[in-house]
Amino acid sequence: MSLISTETRARFRRNRSLQIGLLLLLLLLVLTFIGPLLLSADPLAVDFGQSLIPPGIDHWFGTDDLGRDVFARVVTAAKVDLQIAIMCVLLPFLIGSAVGLVSGYIGGKTDIVLMRLVDILWAFPFYVLVIAIVGSLGPSIANMYLAFTLVAWISFARIVRGEVLLVKRMEYVQAAKVLGYSHLRIILRHVLPNAITPAIVFMMADVVLTILAVTALGFLGLGIQPPTPEWGVMISEGRNFIFDGWWGSLFPGLAIVYVGITFALLGDGLDDFLRPKA
Amino acid sequence: MSGATALLQVENLVTRFNGHGSAVTAVDGVSFDIRPGEIFGLVGESGCGKSATCRSLIRLFGGAATEVAGGKILFDGIDLASLDDRGMEDVRGARIAMIFQDPMTALNPTMRIGDQIMEGLRRHRGLGRRAAREEAVRLLSSVGVTSPESRLGAYPHHFSGGMRQRVLIAIALACRPQLLIADEPTTALDVTIQDQILKLILRLRDETGMSVLMVTHDLGVVAQTCDRVAVMYAGRIAEMGETPQIFRRPAHPYTRALLDALPAHAGRGAKLKPIGGEPPNLAAPPPGCRFHPRCPHAADKCKQRLPELEMIEPGHGSACLRVKELGL
Repeated sequence: MSLISTETRARFRRNRSLQIGLLLLLLLLVLTFIGPLLLSADPLAVDFGQSLIPPGIDHWFGTDDLGRDVFARVVTAAKVDLQIAIMCVLLPFLIGSAVGLVSGYIGGKTDIVLMRLVDILWAFPFYVLVIAIVGSLGPSIANMYLAFTLVAWISFARIVRGEVLLVKRMEYVQAAKVLGYSHLRIILRHVLPNAITPAIVFMMADVVLTILAVTALGFLGLGIQPPTPEWGVMISEGRNFIFDGWWGSLFPGLAIVYVGITFALLGDGLDDFLRPKA
Repeated sequence: MSGATALLQVENLVTRFNGHGSAVTAVDGVSFDIRPGEIFGLVGESGCGKSATCRSLIRLFGGAATEVAGGKILFDGIDLASLDDRGMEDVRGARIAMIFQDPMTALNPTMRIGDQIMEGLRRHRGLGRRAAREEAVRLLSSVGVTSPESRLGAYPHHFSGGMRQRVLIAIALACRPQLLIADEPTTALDVTIQDQILKLILRLRDETGMSVLMVTHDLGVVAQTCDRVAVMYAGRIAEMGETPQIFRRPAHPYTRALLDALPAHAGRGAKLKPIGGEPPNLAAPPPGCRFHPRCPHAADKCKQRLPELEMIEPGHGSACLRVKELGL
């Protein structure tokens, strides 16, 4: 049997969302990692003689109020934004899934305590908590990781716990118990693979939300600090010159939209692709 | 009875489901024994406690607040009721295996068939990868899966229901258990496949000498496979004996009613007789004999005294107070 079965390949061929999503992701990664090497303009170089030039041949996306090349800044910002978004999703995904797995599998008092904790955190609006944590600890990348992790794990915990409750009643989990397997083996081999798909799909949607949140923090001045290029900060700065230089806010905005579409398609495609068949 | 030679001896088993505020006694004082190499049937309607009985043996309760509240379960000299979880893990799979009602959900959809069979071989028999693989192929062919070599890499959804049940039997037999618990193994299968699976179980019993606890609501399955059978009603055993005894001379009104509801027994052209009424609520069972509200022969004493299983001929017991007067 080959490494990837023909059936898996057929399933991939039918899955348009996943194909387009992966294509967009590939393009995004190329631009993010190779793009900055090819740039002629320095994203940080200030040149007042060149301020607010509309998009053209010399400056594809124009220049901002300080004469910095918007294209160079949008491309450079991709790395920062993606890195933060992915870390801010991955950490909560790992922690939340682990908590959900344990909570759902063990049940009883453990489950009650963990889920009440989730309920309490759930009662606070997401942004309020993130802003409160970053605001009180001071704006830095590490604090953003911390803030998002503290707040976002609860969604994953709830999703995974719900799936685990379903899966652990399935007869194959009962069968694994009858076969005398240890709890650890049952959790890792029989429960986890069958319970994790919705969390992975949600993770894709969460990347979109997190990018928006990261840029919103940048916009509020709580995220990445200028002059480091970051899409939220760029939109925020361009806002002051929106009538004289709309391009300063538009292009970072479009970059966010692009990332959003990419991960939305990936999430949709993975949902179909990973759903275990009966 | 034959306590000394029994492989499994269950004495006065009581199992409770503890709900919020109320407790349901699903199994209430059940005793039976299974001899080596014997197929023992546990038959009854849905909710009569037959599944709860067999799950009590290996303490398999789907997370519900269920407990074995009393009784002894002696398996090959070990008291299963007093084992800790660790000890139970070593008995499960290795010495007692179980197959389930619904083969569609009893295999892990994210693991290859071969890996699922090999998992138990490596866990309990300590085989290496290569040896486990060879053993898996041998097991698959012994349960009648054709070209087993090429099936190892398949996923459960590639298989039909009958094939999956064969795979499940292969997994259950992987560690050569002394006792196989079969919880309605053919209920979810169509009749032709049902027949094949039952014949397979009979053949494997003959080959390996294992005992089988066959849980079913189907008297046809009992007639085809079981050496001895216990009829359960509302958490208690109503009648127990060798299969021919039960079919030739049913000595409990409930068994009699079950047989009258069978097409083969009623005879050609005769109307089937359904049993009137419904099984009792086990949270508040009726006083006296639990069958008396539905029993055509119920007398006053049936409403007062709980009947115990009493021998009416060697190896054949009935829990009916009026068994002698009625001449059953």
